[in-house]
Amino acid sequence: MSNHETYDDKVIRQFAVITVVWGIIGMLVGVVIAAQLLLPVLNFDIAWLSYGRLRPLHTNAVIFAFGGSGLFATSYYCVQRTCHTRLFMPKLAAFTFWGWTAIIIAAVITLPLGITQGKEYAELEWPIDIAIAVVWVSYAIVFFGTIAKRKVKHIYVANWFFGAFILTIAVLHIINNLAIPVTWTKSYPIYSGAVDAMVQWWYGHNAVGFFLTAGFLGMMYYFVPKQAGRPIFSYRLSVVHFWALISIYMWAGPHHLHYTSLPDWVQSVGMVFSLILLAPSWGGMINGMMTLSGAWHKLRTDPILKMMIVALSFYGMSTFEGPMMSIKTVNALSHYTDWTIGHVHAGALGWVALMTIASIYSLLPRIYGKTEMYSIKLIDVHFWVATIGVVLYIASMWIAGVMQGLMWRAFNDDGTLTYTFIESLSATYPYYAIRLFGGVLFLAGMFVMAYNVYKTIKGVKVEPVLVPQPA
Amino acid sequence: MDMIDFRSATLVILTIAFCGLIIWAWSPKRKQAFKQAAEIVLEDDLKTQNNKESQT
Repeated sequence: MSNHETYDDKVIRQFAVITVVWGIIGMLVGVVIAAQLLLPVLNFDIAWLSYGRLRPLHTNAVIFAFGGSGLFATSYYCVQRTCHTRLFMPKLAAFTFWGWTAIIIAAVITLPLGITQGKEYAELEWPIDIAIAVVWVSYAIVFFGTIAKRKVKHIYVANWFFGAFILTIAVLHIINNLAIPVTWTKSYPIYSGAVDAMVQWWYGHNAVGFFLTAGFLGMMYYFVPKQAGRPIFSYRLSVVHFWALISIYMWAGPHHLHYTSLPDWVQSVGMVFSLILLAPSWGGMINGMMTLSGAWHKLRTDPILKMMIVALSFYGMSTFEGPMMSIKTVNALSHYTDWTIGHVHAGALGWVALMTIASIYSLLPRIYGKTEMYSIKLIDVHFWVATIGVVLYIASMWIAGVMQGLMWRAFNDDGTLTYTFIESLSATYPYYAIRLFGGVLFLAGMFVMAYNVYKTIKGVKVEPVLVPQPA
Repeated sequence: MDMIDFRSATLVILTIAFCGLIIWAWSPKRKQAFKQAAEIVLEDDLKTQNNKESQT
């Protein structure tokens, strides 16, 4: 036995468990700022707790801490299992865990202190940015090194998606954060004006496209077939899906800058590419869902699978909504309203979070040497609480957003505005309350998950899993 | 070559590349290899179970 190679699962266990912890923290901050919008007094006149400082903490914590740790865990699992080999440089893999965790703690400290670059989703200041680059390059070395020493000839499609995600995020992060440091806590970007805006949203939209989409599609292509016990519906479609998605996403960023000083033709390019994106997005969604074709009955008994299919439905919904919102005339109504917030959360809660949660439920028992989670019933509870939470969240933000858009563009006959801004704000109040309730439900689901995870892994002595020997 | 030629050429090249991708992916020659590739996800589980059985 001793000459058998075993999988390197320790780092996966670490990332999987911390995913749940960061999920709770990130979503808790989200609930706090949702409550602040309803009751501004909740900032207690303390600068550290003000909305402007907590909001980037929320986005960084849910995207990079919760989503990021989930991606590390699932990609390290997927790449080992589909390549029949141990991780390349396990010590470096361990470093990615401690490094990534340290970076998130640095974010938790610096963002409430008001130390920020002021770039959305790239707020962290330059010393932390350098640390991110170091950890990310280490991640790339571990991941691609593992692929290089694989014992299986073909590179499974999920690894292509994970690989594209890792490579692109490295490029995006480094280019968007090029800055001239002034002090340890302050820097200025090397870009200015419209160029800075364009670089920022090239980064920002590809953070959506490659971090929140390609990465989680990698998760989908491994864990949906795994959980369903059936191969992916069409492997050929997955190949076309991959190449079409990664080549189109790159150009959609300018839709964040409609009707700004960005050149008009660049805005149109962004809009056209966003519209084309519908095709590969839906191709991928259909591929995931149809994997269950002929086995739909499994949805009745397996809440994990149910969660995955609902996640794919939200993916389809938000990738339909996104292209529509990128049309300039629609954007004229939707931009700067809460519709955008609703759209983002349809993707972030409905697709990304549900897919992550479902994958962790699928993954956790496997890396702790169990056959299933402590309680399937509690997974079902989590599924319903979370789904209802998302629906309340996005429906209230749709209504609020469209209402705001209509109120802001309403004119009287003499050309004056029909409504003051404060009128649109007070009309939004009830919807902020519904959104808060939806967010609380989603957070409550995470606590149910934490309990289930704790009961599953408590006192478990893990046996190393053997790498299959080539036949 | 002016910008319009460049853009047109890009469009033609990318369209050909996309059609090539479709033809490659759907060629009957690849069918068996893709079928095997899709099974990788499921294969792994079985072998792990076998290992467990052999341990006990």
